[in-house]
Amino acid sequence: MILTKAQYEEIAQCLVSVPPTRQSLRKLKQRFPSQSQATLLSIFSQEYQKHIKRTHAKHHTSEAIESYYQRYLNGVVKNGAAPVLLDLANEVDYAPSLMARLILERFLQEHEETAPSKSVINSMLRDPSQIPDGVLANQVYQCIVNDCCYGPLVDCIKHAIGHEHEVLLRDLLLEKNLSFLDEDQLRAKGYDKTPDFILQVPVAVEGHIIHWIESKASFGDECSHHAYLHDQFWSYWNRDGISQCCSGWCGTPGLSSSSASASQSAGITGMRKHFLPGILMKCVCK
Amino acid sequence: MAAVLESLLREEVSVAAVVRWIARSTRGSEVTALTRPQDNPGEAAALSSLRPLRKEFVPFLLNFLREQSSRVLPQGPPTPAKAPGASAALPGRPGGPSRGSRGARSQLFPPTEAASTAAEAPLARRGGRRRGPGPARERGGRGLEEGVSGENLPGAGGRRLRGSGSPSRPSLTLSDPPNLSNLEEFPPVGSVPPGPAGTKPSRRINPTPVSEERSLSKPKTCFTSPPISCVPSSQPSALDTSPWGLGLPPGCRSLQEEREMLRKERSKQLQQSPTPTCPTPELGSPLPSRAGSLTDEPADPARVSSRQRLELVALVYSSCIAENLVPNLFLELFFVFQLLTARRMVTAKDSDPELSPGVLDSLESPLFQSIHDCVFFAVQVLECHFQVLSNLDKGTLKLLAENERLLCFSPALQGRLRAAYEGSVAKVSLAMPPSAQAVSFQPETDNRANFSSDRAFHTFKKQRDVFYEVLREWEDHHEEPGWDFEKGLGSRIRAMMGQLSAACSHSHFVRLFQKQLLQMCQSPGGAGGTVLGEAPDVLSMLGADKLGRLWRLQERLMAPQSSGGPCPPPTFPGCQGFFRDFILSASSFQFNQHLMDSLSLKIRELNGLALPQHEPSDEDGESDVDWQGERRQFAVVLLSLRLLAKFLGFVAFLPYRGPEPPPTGELQDSILALRSQVPPVLDVRTLLQRGLQARRAVLTVPWLVEFLSFADHVVPLLDYYRDIFILLLRLHRSLVLSQESEGKMCFLNKLLLLAVLGWLFQIPTVPEDLFFLEEGPSDAFEVDTVAPEHGLDAAPVVDQQLLYTCCPYIGELRKLLALWVSGSSGRSGGFMRKITPTTTTGLGAQPSQTSQGLQARLAQAFFHNQPPSLRRTVEFVAERIGSNCVKHIKATLVADLVRQAESLLQEQLVTQGEEGGDPAQLLEILCSQLCPHGAQALALGREFCQRKSPGAVRALLPEETPAAVLSSAENIAVGLATEKACAWLSANITALIRREVKAAVSRTLRAQGPEPAARGERRGCSRACEHHAPLPSHLISEIKDVLSLAVGPRDPDEGVSPEHLEQLLGQLGQTLRCRQFLCPPAEQHLAKCSVELASLLVADQIPILGPPAQYRLERGQARRLLHMLLSLWKEDFQGPVPLQLLLSPRNVGLLADTRPREWDLLLFLLRELVEKGLMGRMEIEACLGSLHQAQWPGDFAEELATLSNLFLAEPPLPEPQLRACELVQPNRGTVLAQS
Repeated sequence: MILTKAQYEEIAQCLVSVPPTRQSLRKLKQRFPSQSQATLLSIFSQEYQKHIKRTHAKHHTSEAIESYYQRYLNGVVKNGAAPVLLDLANEVDYAPSLMARLILERFLQEHEETAPSKSVINSMLRDPSQIPDGVLANQVYQCIVNDCCYGPLVDCIKHAIGHEHEVLLRDLLLEKNLSFLDEDQLRAKGYDKTPDFILQVPVAVEGHIIHWIESKASFGDECSHHAYLHDQFWSYWNRDGISQCCSGWCGTPGLSSSSASASQSAGITGMRKHFLPGILMKCVCK
Repeated sequence: MAAVLESLLREEVSVAAVVRWIARSTRGSEVTALTRPQDNPGEAAALSSLRPLRKEFVPFLLNFLREQSSRVLPQGPPTPAKAPGASAALPGRPGGPSRGSRGARSQLFPPTEAASTAAEAPLARRGGRRRGPGPARERGGRGLEEGVSGENLPGAGGRRLRGSGSPSRPSLTLSDPPNLSNLEEFPPVGSVPPGPAGTKPSRRINPTPVSEERSLSKPKTCFTSPPISCVPSSQPSALDTSPWGLGLPPGCRSLQEEREMLRKERSKQLQQSPTPTCPTPELGSPLPSRAGSLTDEPADPARVSSRQRLELVALVYSSCIAENLVPNLFLELFFVFQLLTARRMVTAKDSDPELSPGVLDSLESPLFQSIHDCVFFAVQVLECHFQVLSNLDKGTLKLLAENERLLCFSPALQGRLRAAYEGSVAKVSLAMPPSAQAVSFQPETDNRANFSSDRAFHTFKKQRDVFYEVLREWEDHHEEPGWDFEKGLGSRIRAMMGQLSAACSHSHFVRLFQKQLLQMCQSPGGAGGTVLGEAPDVLSMLGADKLGRLWRLQERLMAPQSSGGPCPPPTFPGCQGFFRDFILSASSFQFNQHLMDSLSLKIRELNGLALPQHEPSDEDGESDVDWQGERRQFAVVLLSLRLLAKFLGFVAFLPYRGPEPPPTGELQDSILALRSQVPPVLDVRTLLQRGLQARRAVLTVPWLVEFLSFADHVVPLLDYYRDIFILLLRLHRSLVLSQESEGKMCFLNKLLLLAVLGWLFQIPTVPEDLFFLEEGPSDAFEVDTVAPEHGLDAAPVVDQQLLYTCCPYIGELRKLLALWVSGSSGRSGGFMRKITPTTTTGLGAQPSQTSQGLQARLAQAFFHNQPPSLRRTVEFVAERIGSNCVKHIKATLVADLVRQAESLLQEQLVTQGEEGGDPAQLLEILCSQLCPHGAQALALGREFCQRKSPGAVRALLPEETPAAVLSSAENIAVGLATEKACAWLSANITALIRREVKAAVSRTLRAQGPEPAARGERRGCSRACEHHAPLPSHLISEIKDVLSLAVGPRDPDEGVSPEHLEQLLGQLGQTLRCRQFLCPPAEQHLAKCSVELASLLVADQIPILGPPAQYRLERGQARRLLHMLLSLWKEDFQGPVPLQLLLSPRNVGLLADTRPREWDLLLFLLRELVEKGLMGRMEIEACLGSLHQAQWPGDFAEELATLSNLFLAEPPLPEPQLRACELVQPNRGTVLAQS
């Protein structure tokens, strides 16, 4: 499904300083009933990440951390069962999972005396049962399950989507009888940076010749497109030695061609609509 | 200049500043940059005052070092310090003061009468190998010059003093204008000295202190001195306080005395010398004398006298070398190697008594006071040039790595060299099998239609026969002593040339001549004596393998002959001599003109040849195979070009060369005016410019150097050629070896260019000031012109074999080291490998090998008579099939072995437990098991080539090809392809298997790493599965929603319906059964979420939608859901499920919030877990036990204790049937908990 730039911007408009919770997503769904939850979540997640990138620093000053921690301590003393941490995160406009991490770090610093390693923190966030303090464990868990943009669960969902779409794409290529080399084969050949698939025989789609396909299971806004271009696509290009490169979202210029849609594979009909739901296929064309 | 060095030594200026200072001057950049921020202002000031002297610094430094080393290398520098000294102030004037230093090259173009002299030279050189310790110096032309110059010792010594021997007054001496009219000092190059004494060209000679105790008539090997070890003790202690610790032994003989002795020696020697013009052979004395009377002085790092000073000079010197500020990289390396292998110190006789301690004049005291100093200095310099060293051939590396002095002075460098040696594949063999055959009849050019008349046609036929007759005769006789080309063949050749009346006949003959030239000489080395079926029967009897050994043996026996010193003059080795002599003897103007035309054309054609460019992307095993072919093609083209250009240069400049001295003054001006009118025979300037622009310098420059090496003295003064020299100089300067970057020139390419250019700059006809002057227009050379992304320069086209073939003089380095080893063999044991004679007994038993040689010659003969396209086709097919064969083997045999490796590894891991052991060790075990299977590769490869080649040949050759020709072509293609593939496979298959297995092992171990259990058997989806199950990401997201609802906070109207929960678990089951989209991390998270869900169910924390009364899940529904979960855990999850989380304090704590607390679901769950075997009783007990340690409200702790008692009280293994019926009734636990 193709989302126009105007639609995209309308959605993004609604997401300004909205906490990344289940409730927000529900409201969004009511507002845009024609968009699938996956699309909305993807846009939400991306917009929210941009927001966090901008504001991240101010939550990490030692003063801020200290004041959050004190507020948390006061809150749980009053009522340990109340969603203290989650409310705090929403109030200061910070992702609950990230707030949980902040407080957990601070907590461990106080109780363990040595600065906790990153892997310890990550492991506690993945499994809050390991957190020595029961109240904090519950608070952290609450933050994590209520955060729809950050946290180990969300990361896992994103990773799963990426994997699923790679599989879908592979099936599609097999179905269309296109001969390709996948990432593992490429790596075995010694490529250092690999796209998901390199077509052994290029195909032409709507006037563009496609040499390779990279599926990104995320919404392709302008900003992330540029980042990917920089990080990955040019390096593929350098290695595949294609003389000229133009990459766009699924062949049509600009953002209007962005695709981010349904969570089910029902929409896949073939290469004519050369995108897959919920993912972006970025084609480098000759 | 000395001032600069002195201020450097006094640490007034830093090395970096000095190098910047020099480099800037030579690059001719603006002076304003002198005070850069990083420059210490003091340094800058110190240096800026010396600004006018900048460009003289490098020559000064080089001369200084040579000067200083004269005591160690008493025979004087073998390396002509082509450093003009003061003469640099006279740009454009030929013949600087050190002109004489290259007098040896005056023998380059000997008049024909002197052929006998020339013929003897090789003999003399051959003897050089056995000669004394003086490395290479006495070899070849250089030796000649020494013998000559030795007679003028007093004069030469005087010059030394004037030149740089008194560095305390540098400016004075430097401004001393050279006396150009003094024929003794500036001898005419090319002149043959009229007599043995008096008017020989002199060069800077370093007085050689000689001791008395020498054996008769062996001057070279008899330089001895009191052992250096006695020096310190006999030294007055006051001297030791001098910063440079003089270390001069007392009782030194005066230099005058030495000279007297030398003179006597000389006269003795002259009496014995049969050929006074060429005293070289007599100079060398047999080696054995050294073993007896001369022992090498051991070098000891602890006894280096002035480390700091040596380090500084070494650093400046190294930097100059690294920046290409010295004319010839390899010459400097040679010099450094000489220092490294210096045998002993000659006692310094000219010690200055007034050199009192405390005087800080750094240049006043000798730099090298002992062998220790020399070796230390040499090692310091070598350390800076490891990269160059590591790119030398394997033999040199071996000798270097095994050099005990190097080990002693720098174990680190020695270690790196050893590593480089072990990793090196650069085995260089300069003696290649000569492919000599007559040029076949070329139907397209040699037929009657191409001749003006029948007569011309038949004349040409005859000429052809005469030509080959002459060639054969030359072959048979040219090595015989006393045979003279001109005497033997001159008249016949001239008679033949006389018959070539028609112009077109000339062109035909020239084509034949040129083709024959290429055919005979282009094979690397070109010096092989075997041509036209010389003793083929004996050789082919040996078979290919033995033949290779024979060639190696021959190479070792003949090696010293191939070049003379580090900068030999241009020569015509081997067969090339025939062609040169032919041209000289024919002395036919028409022939020369046609030859030049033809050579120019061919050079243009080859130079413009589109050579394949290397794709740097995919460095893989099999691309090596392809690339080898391309590299070989490049080598063939380059060597052909060099050969052609050499002859073109020879013929083109022939009329202008002569024995007379280069003209000077007005005469020169008029000659210049005249010559500048003459158009160049080939527009080499344009070709060079284009070559540079297209980044093909690596192809163009080497042949251009060959061409220019034959230029006469006037040539470098002509504007046209001057431009070329300036371009070459700029190129030389820009080839900084340490700067390597993507798209720039490859290291070995640079090394080749540096070697050939360095050699060119040492050619006598190239004015030495040219190198240090270079103030031409800077826009003439722009390296960064618009050029293709990857020119030939960036491709690794040069390998060591080509480098050494083009520049055999680099091999001098190896000889120097080998000489050192052989000299000190008494100490270090049998270092030189003995040549083991092979018996011929086995020959009869190996008919196949014999026939191999015959087969090869048959194939050659076959192609000879077929159109060239046939040969190209066959070679192409062989090339491709060979390459494909390697790929095929890799995809089949190697892939199989890798699979075997993987399964073996699995077994290994199972037997060794989860630890698995050391990966490196595992790899070794696997490789030792699998690599022997690589032997199959050859058989498989042979079979593959056999199968594939004939079809390809058949498809590519014309339909009409006769059957016999076709089958021969097929067979040859099979043979060549097999040879190619098998050569690669036998050399690389083990490494390939090793590499692949290594990759597989690390892959397996990586996958093994984090969760070994997850690696257990993994079932795919059933065959009938259509992959319609919900996507894992969707499920995680859904379950997460439920969890967040349950954990809260939530709105009052939020909740889930029991149906939804059931549906969700149903979907989870589907997803887990269809594994199409499931990746391990997703499965892990699903497992964890399902456990959390179970905990919430047990604690009854899930908000249920529906009528308000039914806010909670019905007990039966909850059990049903738990059953579903249990079955998912049991049946469908393939990864581990973290069930212990069910009993984590946090999840059990959920129960504490519910009122009334209900324990029956938990008890039910625990029992089921045990029953289904999902958790052991012990495990649960342990979890329950640890629960007690947590802080709970009093009543909750009590209930918990009751629960665990209850659970523990149950019989360990109850009957399943019993349990099932018990489910229906409220069990005891519930009752108890509710009570």
